[in-house]
Amino acid sequence: MLDITDVRKTFNVKTVNERIALDGVSLHLEAEDFVTVIGGNGAGKSTLLNAIAGVWPVDSGSIVIDGRDITGMPEHKRAIVLGRVFQDPMMGTAATMQIEENLALAARRGDSRTLKTGITREERAAYRDQLAQLGLGLEDRMTAKVGLLSGGQRQALTLLMATLKKPKLLLLDEHTAALDPRTAAKVLELSEKIIRENHLMTLMVTHNMKDAIRYGNRLIMMNEGRIILDISGEEKKQLTIERLMEAFAKASGETFVNDRMLLS
Amino acid sequence: MNLLSLFNALPGAVAQGLIWGIMSIGVYITYKVLDLADLTVDGSMATGGAVCVMMMLGGCNVWLSLLCAVIAGMLAGLITGLFHTGMGIPAILAGILTQLSLYSLNLAVMDFKANQGINVTKYQLIVSQRNVRTLSIDNPIFITLFILAVLIGVLYWFFGTELGSVLRSTGANEAMSRAQGINTKRVKILGLMISNGIVALASALLAHYQGFVDVNMGRGAIVIGLAAVIISEVLFSRIFRNFALKLIGVAVGAVLYFIVIQIVLWLGLNTNLLKLLSALIVAVFLAVPYWRTNLAAKHHRKGGREHA
Repeated sequence: MLDITDVRKTFNVKTVNERIALDGVSLHLEAEDFVTVIGGNGAGKSTLLNAIAGVWPVDSGSIVIDGRDITGMPEHKRAIVLGRVFQDPMMGTAATMQIEENLALAARRGDSRTLKTGITREERAAYRDQLAQLGLGLEDRMTAKVGLLSGGQRQALTLLMATLKKPKLLLLDEHTAALDPRTAAKVLELSEKIIRENHLMTLMVTHNMKDAIRYGNRLIMMNEGRIILDISGEEKKQLTIERLMEAFAKASGETFVNDRMLLS
Repeated sequence: MNLLSLFNALPGAVAQGLIWGIMSIGVYITYKVLDLADLTVDGSMATGGAVCVMMMLGGCNVWLSLLCAVIAGMLAGLITGLFHTGMGIPAILAGILTQLSLYSLNLAVMDFKANQGINVTKYQLIVSQRNVRTLSIDNPIFITLFILAVLIGVLYWFFGTELGSVLRSTGANEAMSRAQGINTKRVKILGLMISNGIVALASALLAHYQGFVDVNMGRGAIVIGLAAVIISEVLFSRIFRNFALKLIGVAVGAVLYFIVIQIVLWLGLNTNLLKLLSALIVAVFLAVPYWRTNLAAKHHRKGGREHA
């Protein structure tokens, strides 16, 4: 369970660039909710995910996961309960390290790092099986440097790393935006499969309205640092792009003009 | 100019190169593995020698003195690490601050004298210049080679452990490391401590080798370390991919650097101009990869226009 209560964040306080990024966001997620998050540029989608991940401290409000208040925790400590995949394929992996070394790092998330060997033989066998399930042929390249992989392969690997140690909450921040459409579709399918099989509570930011409608059991829309729409259950299943745009116009009092969202 | 005098000077250059090779491995850990330029080394390259020599002059056992020298170096790294991670000072500036304060501290350790001698006949020195041309196990070249082998072996093992992997990942991608639950601040401090511990070890060995410690002996150490790292990269980056081989490459790079210096001196360069030469060599080697990519891009643009 995730409980976000009245979280606020303003960037560049007391300068000409002052910008309210999160304007009192409250959100409650049930254990197996898979929520898609949409909204225009600067609506606060990624900011919300970064607030949960603890990239910087929030100004006020609280963030509680499974009864544990993580609001004041440093980033590396809350990482124990979080799995994250970033927009930039470069961000989620260490390029100069091997595929299996990256997985071994992720497998120890939350453990104290000792002078034991960095990767055991049993682990290697397990990683081989898990990589094989991605269907990208990575199981035969386990000692290759991650920097040699394509963007799609790196995102798939990051996804596996994020879920290797089952997180309480999975944060996907436009993780397919930098990929070509075919690869993006493949990585999305993969994400859904992993989320379904592991019963993961998930927040997925996307720019693509179709994807936002198609995936997950609940959809929220953000605008100017606030959640302005929250659609779930039967209503979510019946949703179309037209209805979504109407709803946006009603909720925000303006028409929804964003080429990137319409065209994709 | 006679060739014999150059050949006579070569064993000394190799021995010095190997000792500075140990220091360069320390620089490699911060500069290449952690992706931090740590200028503490200019100070800790004198600290190790100062602590070791002064303790031995005070009657301490040589191995205990050496251990304390390493610990002193690690403390210097700790201070830089705390400046950087705890006070938000940029890494380069944090290193400069520690380096500067170490100058005073080193003097204090050395009883406020600019140098302190230690006599090879009276004290048990690990390596000495005196034996550089003898063919025995007392030869500093053999002893330093042995120390290098052990050091590289230990580091190879360490960077394969969970803790070592975390050091590598923090240097490769800090944001990702934090997302994997790694306290990157603590990791950076650890890396700086290990690096400066190794530098202090080299410092103590250098003091033994030359028979004295000088408060200025670390000046420009970072440049020599970078020279060794970069020379090995330019020469061996395509052959040496294994981590242990890369460390060996760094030591070889340091030896080559000192051989080149020796040759330049033999050709008649004024010793006082050495540091200028060192800086120029490093500047050129640092520029080579940059020029190479620029040249390739230019070539590409030109070619593109012709085809268009």
